[in-house]
Amino acid sequence: MNAVTAKDPVSLEAELTAAIEKAADEASLEQLRIAALGKKGAISELLKTLGGMTPEERQVQGPVINGLKAKITDAIAARRDVLKAEALEARLATETIDVSLPIAEGPIQQGRIHPVSQVMDELTAIFADMGFEIAEGPHIETADFNFSKLNIPEEHPSRAEMDTFYFDEKEDGSRMLLRTHTSPVQIRTMLEQEPPIRIIAPGRVFRSDYDQTHTPMFHQVEGLVIDKSAHLGNLKWVLEEFLKAFFEVPNVELRFRASHFPFTEPSMEVDVGYARIGDEVRIGEGDDWLEILGCGMVHPQVLRNVGLDPSVYQGFAWGMGIDRIAMLKYGMPDLRAFFSGDLRWLRHYGFAALDIPSLAGGLSR
Amino acid sequence: MKFTFSWLRDYLDTDEPLDKIADRLSLIGLEVEDIENPAERLAAFTSARVIEAMKHPNADRLRVCRVQTKDGEFQVVCGAPNARTGMVGVFAPPGTHIPGTGLDLKPGVIRGVESNGMLVSEREMGLSDEHDGIIDLDPETEIGAPLAEILGLDDPVVDIAITPNRGDALGIHGVARDLAAAGMGKLKDIRPEPVKGTFPCPVSVTLDFDEAHQGACPAFGLRLVRGVKNGPSPTWLQRRLKSIGLRPINTLVDITNYVTYDRGRPLHVFDAAKVSGDLVVRMARDGEEVLALDGKTYRLDPSMVAIADDNGVESIAGIMGGEVSGCDEDTTDVLIESALWDPIRTAATGRKLGIQSDARYRFERNVDPAYMVPGLEQATRLVLELCGGEPSEIMVAGEVPDEDRIIDFNPAEVQRLTGMHLHVVEIKAILRALGFWMSGPDDAMKVAVPSYRPDVHEPADLVEEITRIVGVDRVQSAPMEKPSGVPKRTLTLRQSRARNARRTLAARGMVEAVTWSFIDGKSATLFGGGDKAVTLSNPISADMSDMRPSLLPGLIAVARGNIDRGLGDSAVFEVGAIYSSDAPEDQHESAAGVRVGTARHDGGGRHWRSQGALVDAHEAKADAIAMLDALGAPTNQLQTARNAPAWYHPGRSGTLQLGPKLILARFGELHTAILDTLDIKGPAVAFELDVDALPAPKAKPTRAKPALNMPDLMPVRRDFAFIVGKDVAADSLVRAARGAEKALIADVTVFDLFEGESIGADHVSVAIEVTLQPRDKTLTDAEIDAVGEKVVAQITKATGGMLRG
Repeated sequence: MNAVTAKDPVSLEAELTAAIEKAADEASLEQLRIAALGKKGAISELLKTLGGMTPEERQVQGPVINGLKAKITDAIAARRDVLKAEALEARLATETIDVSLPIAEGPIQQGRIHPVSQVMDELTAIFADMGFEIAEGPHIETADFNFSKLNIPEEHPSRAEMDTFYFDEKEDGSRMLLRTHTSPVQIRTMLEQEPPIRIIAPGRVFRSDYDQTHTPMFHQVEGLVIDKSAHLGNLKWVLEEFLKAFFEVPNVELRFRASHFPFTEPSMEVDVGYARIGDEVRIGEGDDWLEILGCGMVHPQVLRNVGLDPSVYQGFAWGMGIDRIAMLKYGMPDLRAFFSGDLRWLRHYGFAALDIPSLAGGLSR
Repeated sequence: MKFTFSWLRDYLDTDEPLDKIADRLSLIGLEVEDIENPAERLAAFTSARVIEAMKHPNADRLRVCRVQTKDGEFQVVCGAPNARTGMVGVFAPPGTHIPGTGLDLKPGVIRGVESNGMLVSEREMGLSDEHDGIIDLDPETEIGAPLAEILGLDDPVVDIAITPNRGDALGIHGVARDLAAAGMGKLKDIRPEPVKGTFPCPVSVTLDFDEAHQGACPAFGLRLVRGVKNGPSPTWLQRRLKSIGLRPINTLVDITNYVTYDRGRPLHVFDAAKVSGDLVVRMARDGEEVLALDGKTYRLDPSMVAIADDNGVESIAGIMGGEVSGCDEDTTDVLIESALWDPIRTAATGRKLGIQSDARYRFERNVDPAYMVPGLEQATRLVLELCGGEPSEIMVAGEVPDEDRIIDFNPAEVQRLTGMHLHVVEIKAILRALGFWMSGPDDAMKVAVPSYRPDVHEPADLVEEITRIVGVDRVQSAPMEKPSGVPKRTLTLRQSRARNARRTLAARGMVEAVTWSFIDGKSATLFGGGDKAVTLSNPISADMSDMRPSLLPGLIAVARGNIDRGLGDSAVFEVGAIYSSDAPEDQHESAAGVRVGTARHDGGGRHWRSQGALVDAHEAKADAIAMLDALGAPTNQLQTARNAPAWYHPGRSGTLQLGPKLILARFGELHTAILDTLDIKGPAVAFELDVDALPAPKAKPTRAKPALNMPDLMPVRRDFAFIVGKDVAADSLVRAARGAEKALIADVTVFDLFEGESIGADHVSVAIEVTLQPRDKTLTDAEIDAVGEKVVAQITKATGGMLRG
């Protein structure tokens, strides 16, 4: 118990103020408050003396004693705030954690989209903007859609060269097969839809070939435009625009070489100009050529096969490997790894869930 | 097809350098795959004179030679018996790569004598098998002359890829024609002068075909040359054949190979002495056998065409001749055959017998019928020139087809299809250079197609010819009209669902894999497939034989593979096709995932914040629901049922359904037996979803969301715990609680489960939290208690559960 010794307001103020400043914790501050302002506290006692004073004395002493009470009350409150802050600081000081502890990756960082899916989304973003629809067809196809309607007659060397996977012959002698290209989607689309037609058809295709650079399953994207005026110059433009957008470069150089596909005429293979810098392939630079796709004007026989009059309708088509353009853009060295399911590969070359390609936001980070 | 530059110039008068010609070839559709000049490979080898050859001091069989080369004198230790003073040989300085041995030459010391460089043999040069001595050149040869020049090997070899439509370019003459049309020179259109026979061909040929097989051999030309002298062909001929990778055999055979490449005209030569009687060209009889020139015996069947004599089959038509009647060094009378064979039949026979030959390759791509007889004349001239002899008249069985193909052509087609404006003069010049003939007015031409271009039928074919010859680089890129306005939604429902499924699962920490569409038959059967209709008849290997009925076998294999890489905790998914039959509608889009070990959605592996907890069936259920939610399924209406298929753990799996019939997803722990087979220590959980099974969303007039009700009053929460039998589904408890007072109960969650001796082994305590949402006034304690009593009563009624005291 802090004994308050002073009696007169002046010395009482001095004594109390000094004691408040010295109070080390809230408990001793409370004892001081009681000693000063409690029922029997020194200031309370002083206040009681006001009753016995003359009005004149009271007029002088009243403000003095009441002033003293206010000053001491404020001083205690101020001291209490200081002590509280000090106590909190002291407590917090004991609550330190090790912020250097490593944090596990969350699902958004761990999850991955396969490069094939990502590139398909990129293709969609580009071609949707150019007014193309995304068409699909079954993987198990008829020879009619995969070959005959595409002007690849039976026994034609190009049919034999396709390394086709077949299913067993049916009772009626027909044989289903795994589509060797996405081109049957052209046929299906032209049979179902009236021109004008603008589609791309991405998807799985299958060929019986497995070595360093071939896998029995891979991905292609087919493009088809049919109307009454689409010509080779338009095809060139579409490919140039597409390749610039896809590789995210300001310019691409293309070289068109005459070639032969049964379903297009004239047919061309297209090379894109590139430079190799170390292991990196830079599309749109340098003066080396890299074969990237095949294309041509849709063969008049194909148009007739789907009931279109080639003297009225015309158009073009192209096809390229999705895996291949993914490799060129993102630098994977080996096609076979695409389908190996190796987590190390998938994590390295895969894409984050929220990296959704768009033209507005950019195809890639 | 390979040819040498000098050979090309037999038919192309040109001053253009080879690299320019090669570029042009690639642009006009004859893609150059490789150019190799042997001179570059042999550049280091030059002629050198042996000034003196002395016996090696320490070895009887070796000689020490002082060799005068273009770079001064070298000392070479040589083991060749013919190394001698004064000879001119071929010197390789130290550092040279020796093609025949594959070694790089180093300076060395041989039996104590220094040796720098080498005098080489033909074998060491990779030129022949000759290794009895070093190359012994004409002593007049100038010192320092490059070997390639001396041997006439300074002639680049060009390899071009020929597309299947261009049989005419399978002869060097045809390649020259294309190049001439493309402005690379002038075609030397040499046609062999006919050789007048001095006697009738003594062997007759009968084409013996029934009505159905008339087209198998339209024509067959034959001529005898008697009194020939066969033997090794002259150096120029051997050199040309070798340079394109053919092995010289003897002059008569070499001539047939030469004409095959020179003009794309395959021929065959019979040794007349070994042919018995006349020749009959007919369909083979079942089981007939012939020993072919490749030394193998082939068994023919009635779909194949045979050339037979009284001894039986002598040759497989259009593919390969027979060994027995083949020509060798003793041949004195030779029958030269030049025939036409049906391309389709030739291809089929070749494929069936597994024979690849230069003849088959050409016949199945069409050879020029009009060159059948000229080809025979060309061969005759070569035989007479190189082997001598006396020619018979040519006998032709059948008739060389002489079909007139005329195309009505308006050159405006070029512009319509390519956008390229070419002058009609240029168009005509190109077509003429390619061998087409034109008549009629400029806007309605009649174009006659040459016999060697059976691939050209209609105006578009002519546009192709013109385009490839002028070069597609002349086509100007022309913008296509873009659709007006903002592009519409382009993805189909299935496509956007597949995309959403992918992004959702990746956002849950799973890694997307793309696995084969075909799996092994055993796994297919195990996962509900194995139908013969989706089993490949020619799989690439036994473990890729069946179209997958589920994505899980592939994903489980991926998890297994990653365990082998030391990555035991994997979470992988795939979105792709599964196949239940060969019908298009039975190819469904599926989304499935597998989590192994600790690969929970909040991160796998051991970490100081988590305890390395293992995945369980609920993890897979959460994946499935998250995905269903992203795909727009009404997840608040989902029901769980215990009817997952056999590849799941029977007690730890289930399905998510809409109503009693429509199964949307399956989930659970994978069956222990499956994991054991693959030696996966587990636990491994999986889910599968049939993207196509989801009902399509109803068409809505607006995109507005339903009105939102946000009461101002605080919700009240009360906890209850019930002891229920273990066979009671927690779901039924929750539903009973919800139904107790629908107007007030906003939510019911299960927040604790407890099992223990205190409540008995076949019971479980389920603790639920019930949230009451007052709507218009605060609830009194009495009102809250009343709802609580209803909850208890409902649960007891529905589940037999007792409120835990």
